[in-house]
Amino acid sequence: MSKTQEMYYSDEHEWVLMETDNIALIGITKFASDNLGDIVFVELPDSGTTVNQFEQFGEIESVKAVSELYSPISGTIKEINDSVVQNPEILSESPFEKGWLLKVELKDTSELDNLMNLEAYESFLESGKN
Amino acid sequence: MNSHQIPNEHHIKQQSLIRKLLMDRSQPGRIGAHIPQSDVPKQQQLPNKYLRKELPLPEVSESEIVRYFSQLSQFNFSIDHNFYPLGSCTMKYNPKINDEIASLPGLSEIHPLQPEESIQGALKIIFELQNLLAEITGFDSTSLAPMAGAEAELAGMLITRSFHKNNGDTHKTKILITDSAHGTNPASAVMAGFDVISIPSDKNGNTDIEALKAAINDDLAGLMLTQPSTLGLFDTNIIEICKRVKDAGGILYGDGANLNALLGRIKPGELGFDILHSNLHKTFTQPHGGGGPGAGAIMVSKKLTPYLPSPIVQYSKDEDFYSIYTPKKSIGRMGGFHGNFGALVRAYSYIKTLGKEGIDQISKNAVINANYIKSNLEEYFELPIKRICMHEVVFSASNFKKHNGIKALDISKRLIDYGIHPPTMYFPLIIDEALMIEPTETESKETLDYFISSMIKIASEAKQDPELLRNAPHNTPNSRLDEALAARKPNLRWQKKD
Repeated sequence: MSKTQEMYYSDEHEWVLMETDNIALIGITKFASDNLGDIVFVELPDSGTTVNQFEQFGEIESVKAVSELYSPISGTIKEINDSVVQNPEILSESPFEKGWLLKVELKDTSELDNLMNLEAYESFLESGKN
Repeated sequence: MNSHQIPNEHHIKQQSLIRKLLMDRSQPGRIGAHIPQSDVPKQQQLPNKYLRKELPLPEVSESEIVRYFSQLSQFNFSIDHNFYPLGSCTMKYNPKINDEIASLPGLSEIHPLQPEESIQGALKIIFELQNLLAEITGFDSTSLAPMAGAEAELAGMLITRSFHKNNGDTHKTKILITDSAHGTNPASAVMAGFDVISIPSDKNGNTDIEALKAAINDDLAGLMLTQPSTLGLFDTNIIEICKRVKDAGGILYGDGANLNALLGRIKPGELGFDILHSNLHKTFTQPHGGGGPGAGAIMVSKKLTPYLPSPIVQYSKDEDFYSIYTPKKSIGRMGGFHGNFGALVRAYSYIKTLGKEGIDQISKNAVINANYIKSNLEEYFELPIKRICMHEVVFSASNFKKHNGIKALDISKRLIDYGIHPPTMYFPLIIDEALMIEPTETESKETLDYFISSMIKIASEAKQDPELLRNAPHNTPNSRLDEALAARKPNLRWQKKD
């Protein structure tokens, strides 16, 4: 079962799911994956590198276009989801679960306050300001 | 076969025969030509270790190979087949006289390393084309060296960089680009060593002046602007944009991809642009489906003339002689020799055939045709920015996506069943589910009416029978292609089966 209720969302359509107190999974939302269309290539940084909140960390290529991936939080990458790199279609099929991209150790959990909860994200999508 | 007919077994068999690759048609011993017996003693040409053991050649008869290539050519689609409204690409009809002229032996059988005195005619064509383009666009000088639009953009950015460097302004490192621009703009600026800042469009599709003001500092090297924009709209803020960029010491670069909309009406050089490139293969006709060959002319104002890429052709009146030279502060060469010479000849032939009056007529008809399509389709397809358009019109399929689950892609694929090439989709990126239609000036009212009625039919199919669109095209040798699979696991050539 997907845990969309527990996730935090950015206006760049990325989600954060806290696994422990300071370890989180990062991925893209279903809205993002639906809009990208069939994804053919995902480029992620190496584990051990750092990401910064709202800054680019990778690229995603679909049959339509190449798009940037922006990290919703700052931290150090503990693990990348290699199966998404090998089989990008996972991102289209299961963006909230099997399609997670990075496992990150958070630098500052207070950054989560800059993100939206599910309800706020859904009304953000409704507003059409994305 | 019409779209509702279910293909029968016999038809499928015929289709799979037509789709066989040449190597798969091969039969051992079958032959298409008889080569006379060699009367020269057989000799080993290469040492054995360099010879490949497996180098199969197809064994087919002459009629089979002729049919194979004829069938392949029929799978193709070009402007010579039917309407090709690919926005931002200006797929206008390419007059056949241009090909006639370009294949004259005096132009097609010469070599760029020949002595100048033996190619005076070719150099004269380049010289006159340089002048014609400068005149048409309102600039001081032209270089025809770049091989295509993106290379001309790079040349323009390298000129901008050299200009600032020469003036000691090495702090000018920033290029502003609107968010509706072609992706090649930021790529060219970055390749030339600049940092790129994106400027949003306002609700009318113009460059957002407030955002522009905020982004302009002393480090401004220049701004790249497509006029009219890729939304098919004339940026009515142009005078203000020009003033602000100039006041900050920046260079105003014009992406001339949409020059077709302005020909004979507005000279970008007089509007205030410092540099403009023109995709000669689009605006001045050259068959370019499938990516080439192109030709990118670059026109500049007086202060930038010394920086043009070489070669430039000059004329000496006293000696009545055309020769090649490199401007004083030239950024250098963009490639070997004189660019794509054949494409230059076609552009020259096109301009000379039409004359001034004909050139003036181009933009008029192109803009009228696009607006005819806009007014006939706007009640069926959402028009995100409601303005009179220039040479192309951008619709959005977002309403169909919301209510019928039909995307711009599905509409485009269904158009193929009506014998029409799909328009540009999903560009510009700032329009959701964009469908960008550029009819060009060469289409008749009958063709436009057929396109309009096809689109109206598709709009009603989208509501009544969305599956028909989702599985389209139905009338082509291949139905919906799996583009994702093709990108992930490309299968590009025949391989011997073990």
